[in-house]
Amino acid sequence: MIKLTTPISESDIRALKVGDEVLLTGRVVLSRDMGHKFMVEQKPEWLKPILKEAVIYHCGPVVKKWEDGHWSFVSAGPTTSIREEPYQSDVLETYTVRGVIGKGGMGKKTSDGLKKVGACYFHTTGGAGALLAERVKRVVDVKMLEEFGSPEAFWIIEVEDFPLVVTMDSHSGSLHEEVLQTSQERAKALMS
Amino acid sequence: MSSCPVPTLTPMEAVEAKSVLPRGWKADLSNPLQLDLQPAVLELLRRTTSRLPQDVIESIVAGRNAEAEGSRGANTMDTMIENIVLADEHVAPLCQDTGTVIFWVRHPFGVSQRKLKEQIRAAVAEATGKSWLRPNCVAALSGKNPGNNMDPFGETHPVIHFEEWDQSGIEITVMLKGGGCENVGAQYRLPDAAIGAGRDLKGIRKCIIDAVVKAQGQGCSPGILGVCVGGDRVVSYERSKEILLRKVGSTNPNATLDALEKQLTQELNTLGIGPMGYGGKTTVLDVFIEELWRHPASFFVSISYMCWSSRRMTLSIGTNGNAEYR
Repeated sequence: MIKLTTPISESDIRALKVGDEVLLTGRVVLSRDMGHKFMVEQKPEWLKPILKEAVIYHCGPVVKKWEDGHWSFVSAGPTTSIREEPYQSDVLETYTVRGVIGKGGMGKKTSDGLKKVGACYFHTTGGAGALLAERVKRVVDVKMLEEFGSPEAFWIIEVEDFPLVVTMDSHSGSLHEEVLQTSQERAKALMS
Repeated sequence: MSSCPVPTLTPMEAVEAKSVLPRGWKADLSNPLQLDLQPAVLELLRRTTSRLPQDVIESIVAGRNAEAEGSRGANTMDTMIENIVLADEHVAPLCQDTGTVIFWVRHPFGVSQRKLKEQIRAAVAEATGKSWLRPNCVAALSGKNPGNNMDPFGETHPVIHFEEWDQSGIEITVMLKGGGCENVGAQYRLPDAAIGAGRDLKGIRKCIIDAVVKAQGQGCSPGILGVCVGGDRVVSYERSKEILLRKVGSTNPNATLDALEKQLTQELNTLGIGPMGYGGKTTVLDVFIEELWRHPASFFVSISYMCWSSRRMTLSIGTNGNAEYR
C-alpha cells in the first residue's frame, strides 16, 4: 500500500503504475458535471490555488449542515467519471491537478492528459458511500453551492487514508482498456 | 479457498428502537379520509437507504468468496461488505446516490391516490432534510435543484405507480435506483443486425450479453439485470425495472426463462468484468427475465441494470393498522 499526501509532486505521480493501491491524505476537491463544464468554459482564477497539485473527486455527496453552520459528509462514494471525458484533460492542464478520483474509468483524451500533465486516475469503490464518508476528516469550504446545488458544488475537503486503486497511470496504462478488450473477446466467443 | 462470512447487521429490535414511527403507531384503514401514511413512509425510506436486503447481502458474500484471495475483486467486495455493515450501524445512506426514488403503491378501493401522493412526497422531502436522501431532482436544462427531491409539477419525481387491488391492506414498495446503473440500461429492437440477434431466446441472450459488456463496471458491478421482452417501449422499460424487486436467487415461474436466467448468470460471470470492472469472476449477481405481450411489428428487449447496492423494501399495512417492513 502506497501513501500519498497532497500537495503531490510530479515525480510521485510518475512512479505510480496501474494496479497500485494507494491511501491518499490531504486536500480533495469535489466536482462533477456542472463543475467541469464551468472550469473549462469560465476558467476561474480563484480555483487555481485550490486545485494546484491536489486531487479532484467525481462525487456528489450526501451532506449534513449542523446547527453551528459547519458541514459534514454522510455518504460520499464516486460517481461515473466518463461524463467528464470532454473536459477532464483541459482541467488537468489548466489547474495542474495531480489526480482524479472516480469510478468506471475514462477515455483516450483523458489518458493523454494524464500523460502530459503527470497525473493519475484513481478508482474507488462505487456504492461505498458510508465507508468513504468516514475517511473525510473535515469539510474545509464549499464553492458555488447556491449556483450548482449540493451534489454539483465544489466541496473542498480533507481526507485521511482514502483507499484508491490506480486504474489509469501517467504512462498511458489503463486497466479499463484491458478489461474491456478481454470481455469483448469473451462475449464474441459466447455469441458466435 | 478464501471465505468471508455473511455479516450480521444490527438486530431488528435495534432497528425498531431507532424507528421514527411513534410507539404504538397504527393506521386507521377504516377511515380513508383521515389516513396519514407519511410517518410510515419516512420510516420506510430510513430503512431502505441504510439497510440492504438479506438476499442481496448473501449473494455479494457468495461473489466475494468466488474471487481469488487478495485479488482486487476480493478486496473491492470486502469494501462493499464493510460499507453495508457501516451504513446499517450508522443509519447512513449506503450510497451517496440515493437514486431516483420509485414507489409502487397497492391500495383498496376508497383510498385517495391524491392524498397518498401528497403524503409520500412529504415523506421524501422530510427524508431529504434528514440527509437520508440526496436532493436528486433537478431541472433538465438549467440543472436547477429545488433541494428537496420534489419536482415542482408533482409529475416526475418521486416516481409513484398506483394500483387498486382487491385486498383490504395497503402495500408500498420503494426502490432507490442510482444514476450510474440507470445510465447503462438499454433497449433493443429485434431483429438487431448489428449484434445478429433475431426474435427468439438466442437473440434475447445476445442482447443481454451485449448490454453487460457495454456497461463494463460503470453500473457498479456486480449488477442485477431486469429484462423485459415485449410490450411497447414504455411498458417494456417500466416492467424491466419492476422485476428488479424480485429476490436474488429466486426462481422464475416460467421454466424456459428460469433456465435462461441461470445460464446467463453463469455465462456473464465468465466475461471477466468483475466487481467495479476491475476484472474478476463476479460481474452479475442475478438475471431476471419477464415476457409480455407485444404488437406484431415490435419486439423490444428492455434491460434495466441495478447496481450491487440494490435498495428495495416493502411497507405493508394490514387491517390491524400495523406497519410491517420487509
